[in-house]
Amino acid sequence: MNRTARTVMFLVAGGGVAVLAVLAVLRMPAFGGSHHPYRDHAVRASVSHATSNVVASINFDQRGMDTLGEETILLASVVGVSVLLRPAEDESKSEHLGSGRVLDATRLGGYVLLPVTLVVGFDVVAQGHLTPGGGFQGGVVLGTGMHLLYVAGRYQALERLRPVSAFEWGEAFGAAAFACLGISSLLVTGAFLANVIPWGTFGGLLSAGTVPVLNGAVGVEVASGVMVLLAKFLEQAIFVRSGEGGTR
Amino acid sequence: MTIIVAAALTLVAVAGTAVVVAGRPDRQAVTLSLFGLLLAVLFMALQAPDVALSQIGVGTAIVPLMVMLAVRKVHQRR
Amino acid sequence: MNIYAYLVAFWLIVAGSAGIVRSRNLIHSVVCLSVAQAGTYVLLLAVGFQSKASPPVFGSPPSKPSLSVTDPVVQAMTLTDVVVSATVTALLLAIAIQIHKRHGTVDPDELRALRG
Repeated sequence: MNRTARTVMFLVAGGGVAVLAVLAVLRMPAFGGSHHPYRDHAVRASVSHATSNVVASINFDQRGMDTLGEETILLASVVGVSVLLRPAEDESKSEHLGSGRVLDATRLGGYVLLPVTLVVGFDVVAQGHLTPGGGFQGGVVLGTGMHLLYVAGRYQALERLRPVSAFEWGEAFGAAAFACLGISSLLVTGAFLANVIPWGTFGGLLSAGTVPVLNGAVGVEVASGVMVLLAKFLEQAIFVRSGEGGTR
Repeated sequence: MTIIVAAALTLVAVAGTAVVVAGRPDRQAVTLSLFGLLLAVLFMALQAPDVALSQIGVGTAIVPLMVMLAVRKVHQRR
Repeated sequence: MNIYAYLVAFWLIVAGSAGIVRSRNLIHSVVCLSVAQAGTYVLLLAVGFQSKASPPVFGSPPSKPSLSVTDPVVQAMTLTDVVVSATVTALLLAIAIQIHKRHGTVDPDELRALRG
């Protein structure tokens, strides 16, 4: 199909979808209304499970099974990227780095921000059941934060601090920990990912049962996943050169 | 609907359009980063701090960076 | 004005799809896909929004739990959606890089011509 045919087809189909969307929107509950039946049930369940962050309660307690599925998508994507971006046979990894210059201010900024970012990342994971945050957000912060060393111009330091294979293991470990917690609670309570430890007091650091533990597992997985993804892309874009022609 | 939500929605719609019409992917990476930031602002305005937090990390840093690196890889001299 | 948020959400989805259809570069179309996906975030969060409500987080020390909060169910969905979509975008970009390695182009029309 050529470009014109494709566009015409899109205009017909997209126009139809747009008409249906407007018709659907006109009959939707008004934006900002107060009728949210799922919200009412979810908040009550979260409070009875001593979890002050209702979003974390839903992700890791009330519909933990779905989160396991999403984790699996994440794992599959990271594995896929690792396979697709491994250097091919006709490619060589250039060892000598182009001697780019990094401003001293940039380098200092990178070094100063690195520990701050890591502390913030751990905090976001650890407090995920109390305040906004959790394994997904904290993992992203940690995975990105480590790459501040690259901004600081120290790729060698980054390589030492970030052995990619270790984080590939971390990725697998995080996903396996989540699944194992689910299976062990299945054995103990008869329900997958049901809570097995005391709920604790509402709002306390030790509360919400297994939510903080699962947050930690997801934090490890997401941080490792982001690390592996960025590492593979950096390696391909900066170090790997194809051999002859490149095309086949 | 408050002014802030309406303004954030409008900015998101404009920035999203800008990302789509930007012809070259290397320019897209920059507008995509801005778009991600505006989405995070919208999520804050919609009282969703959890989502805003992950959007800041993912939408303003990780995805635009990967797009930049992919563009660089594709354009590099063979 | 009541439906503005929903219209913005659908606009992002349609605009992103149009970008994919018109695209001359696979990386460009992956970026357009992520714009279309952002439309789903806006739609979900708009469904869960309530005027003058606070976020569904009671914090530590906890404020008194009230039901006047924005819908946490759609927020939990959007949250995982954001992170998962980033890794899927990474996978698609990796596929685009791999296609470029094998065929030397990322233009969908040229790729079709190569196949004959």
